[in-house]
Amino acid sequence: MVLATLLGALINLNGNGRYIHWGFIQLSYANFAVIVLMIIVFVLAIILPFPRRKGGDR
Amino acid sequence: MSIDTGDRAGTTTATSAAHAGRAESRQWTARMRRAAESAFPPDQLLPDRQPAYMASWIYVFGVLTVVSLAWVIITGCILAIMGPSWWHVSSTGHFVNSLHLWSVEAFFFFMVIHLWGKFFMAAWRGNRRLTWATGVISFLVSVAAAFTGYVSQTNFDSQWISTQAKDGINSTGAGAVFNVLNFGQMLMWHIVLLPIGVAIIAGLHVLLVRRRGIVPPFADTAHDTDGDVAPAVAPTVAPPAGEPA
Repeated sequence: MVLATLLGALINLNGNGRYIHWGFIQLSYANFAVIVLMIIVFVLAIILPFPRRKGGDR
Repeated sequence: MSIDTGDRAGTTTATSAAHAGRAESRQWTARMRRAAESAFPPDQLLPDRQPAYMASWIYVFGVLTVVSLAWVIITGCILAIMGPSWWHVSSTGHFVNSLHLWSVEAFFFFMVIHLWGKFFMAAWRGNRRLTWATGVISFLVSVAAAFTGYVSQTNFDSQWISTQAKDGINSTGAGAVFNVLNFGQMLMWHIVLLPIGVAIIAGLHVLLVRRRGIVPPFADTAHDTDGDVAPAVAPTVAPPAGEPA
């Protein structure tokens, strides 16, 4: 509950949605944030080493 | 279908003959069993070892997508049992409704990263075209399933989405048989037809991954067995701790 209140204070989701306009592209900030997050996770998945068990027959 | 009339307390010879008869049977059940055993040997269907190149985070997003899909189906079944008057009013209903929504968000989040990873690996290499194609179809059917879910929420959001979408869909001609303003039709598509489609295609996709094996990195292509069987590359990841290597 406390976490939800804190997040609610940081990100107000009660108002109208806000949109990015790039020519014919119209994208909400929420969807833009999700896309950016996906790119970050994708890059991290490539560069972060996968945990390996010591002594395994790899 | 023949019936085995052999003496239950009979000799070994009779039992062997019965087994031989089954092995050579041309009945459709026997032929289907042999085809299934040939296509999906148990050790290939549920392997305990994988090629070493699988030890990368980019390979976990497929199974994360499957787990998210399982949560989507589980929460969707609970919503179907309890109904809109429950998910709109009670706090538990709100929670399960939100869980359903966020499972879908996670499903698409992981599926798109999985798609990016496989695209840049050219995962259709090594006779894996059908694996790639079923993944693409599964993605498209999932988009339709999510869309029909958004218009089946029975709230102002679903009214807005359906009235906005009708013009686009009508412009394609599909509106003649797919009316987004018909709540009953959209709900049936969302909870019957499209989930069945997603489950069948995703299941086929996973079986093909088992059959063809995961695609190797470009550097290891020389070791690939052309996807006819799971790539038995020499270096493999060890089985889970506590199990014999």
